[in-house]
Amino acid sequence: MIADLLNGIGLLLWRVVSDQPDAKGALLPVLPAVLQPVVSAVLSVAPIIGVFASLFALTTLLERKGLGRIQNRLGPNRVGPFGILQPAADGLKMLTKEDIIPRSADKVVHFLAPVCLAVPTLLAFAVLPYGRNLVPLDLDAGLLFFFAVGASTELSIFMAGWSSRNKYSLLGAMRAIAQMISYEIPLIVSSVTVVMMTGTLSPMHIVEHQAGFIWGFIPHWYVLTPWGFAGFVIFTIASLAESNRSPFDLPEAESELIAGHLTEYSGFKYALFFLAEYLGMFAISGLGVTLFLGGWHAPLPGLEWIPSFVWFFGKLVSMVFLFIWIRGTVPRLRVDQLLNLAWKFLLPLALINLVVAAVWHFTAVWTFPGALVVRWLLGAALIGGPYVLLGSALSGAKKNTLRVYRYAT
Amino acid sequence: MEIPFAILTALTLVSALAAMSLRNLVHCALCLALTLAGLAALYLQLGAQFAGFAQILVYVGAVAILVVFAILLTNRGDQAAATRAPARSWVTGAGIAVAVFAVLARVILTSSLATGHPMVDRGSPTVKDLGMQLMTQYVLPLEVIGLLLTAATLGAVIIALPEKKTPAAAAPNH
Repeated sequence: MIADLLNGIGLLLWRVVSDQPDAKGALLPVLPAVLQPVVSAVLSVAPIIGVFASLFALTTLLERKGLGRIQNRLGPNRVGPFGILQPAADGLKMLTKEDIIPRSADKVVHFLAPVCLAVPTLLAFAVLPYGRNLVPLDLDAGLLFFFAVGASTELSIFMAGWSSRNKYSLLGAMRAIAQMISYEIPLIVSSVTVVMMTGTLSPMHIVEHQAGFIWGFIPHWYVLTPWGFAGFVIFTIASLAESNRSPFDLPEAESELIAGHLTEYSGFKYALFFLAEYLGMFAISGLGVTLFLGGWHAPLPGLEWIPSFVWFFGKLVSMVFLFIWIRGTVPRLRVDQLLNLAWKFLLPLALINLVVAAVWHFTAVWTFPGALVVRWLLGAALIGGPYVLLGSALSGAKKNTLRVYRYAT
Repeated sequence: MEIPFAILTALTLVSALAAMSLRNLVHCALCLALTLAGLAALYLQLGAQFAGFAQILVYVGAVAILVVFAILLTNRGDQAAATRAPARSWVTGAGIAVAVFAVLARVILTSSLATGHPMVDRGSPTVKDLGMQLMTQYVLPLEVIGLLLTAATLGAVIIALPEKKTPAAAAPNH
């Protein structure tokens, strides 16, 4: 019995590491039939929580180190060698802090808000394909599921802001909701191009469509097509705003709103908000990787022996690094700039991108030599032209001149 | 199959009752959002993935937000509406309730549940099937609804437009 169990666990781990299908099938038959559904669910859920919670701890450290490097300082370096134990110290501090609830706060809603935020954020991870045979839930409408649970987080931010009975909290929540609703539309429209080209809403099938290589070495990822590139850029900008990251961190702009809807939260509840924010960033980066960067596919034909989930997490961490880099270099937008960018610039471009994708689809029948290059240039012109025209029309007569420093040399 | 259905039904009904009877308007709106989410879960349990996810995306994600925004912008959420509704809106409300009840009752009475005809199992349609149907057989209703919604949006913009011309709204743009 014990030997069977250990054998099953060993086989399960081996199948996961070596990219083989039906990893759960190695362990489940060993167990009694009553336990099987429970163990199956735990085997799907526990790795997601474990892996992404550790990634969260790691990212908080890397982010502070990276920002420190960008801002020409050291970053955390006191706890452990090179500060690598800083996440543990932060976690202990968060858990042992006093949980303060304002006297006039709506206690029930104030308590429920972080829970209501964390649950949908975790649910979003259910449909992402992490590897060739690693998808917790292969839904036919998986992409729709992802956006549906993403949309339900807005209400919990409102709950947090309203229940705190604090003007900064409410203003921050209002800003957050306006921003999330505005950027949800370019986010979804830019993902629709991928759905249009693959004809499926299942993330698993979307990744499978991006298999193979052009001319033997250029991967067949959608980011390498004109519509895919434009879609990826729009998607990345919108997902920065969706996860309230700088330069779109107006909801918690410290200089104006203290911490927005987080102002009246402390201790464990604050940590839960923080966790949900980072998990949301990982989920949406994972979706970007799935839709545009080829998911778990290797970038070169000779590298396919490396397990597929290594590529997925490599791409995910690169996206997170990009987010940290942007946070360190780009200043915060004003509210009107933020909304103008979403409605007047990103949304029209995302709609034009649908046309570009259609043109790419219908010119696929061209067979003359060099057709691919011609199609690429055509697509690039179709999206690049509106980009330049719209950009210059919106920025008005403003000329870019060399900045003159009056006091510094 | 029975126990999840019972839990979901109880959740939906209790939150619907709470949405009607709670004193605080924002609490009512939050309970309404819970009711809508419960309905989405019921759709999912019936195998209607598209309807369930669209319900969450549209009602929990957008309509509930619209409702709480409307409450916050029109009256103070913490001051319950203590005044009794005027008699005319009582009559209108009762009329609407009777009409909705009549429609639902007719649908249930003519369904295969009441008449006893065996149900036809058409399988669970995929999102692709639904899209195909919408773009071929039902393309005219789809376009009409699209036009109607566009007109409604334009109307809302026109109603909201004069506010922007007041001097207070025209803040200096630097």
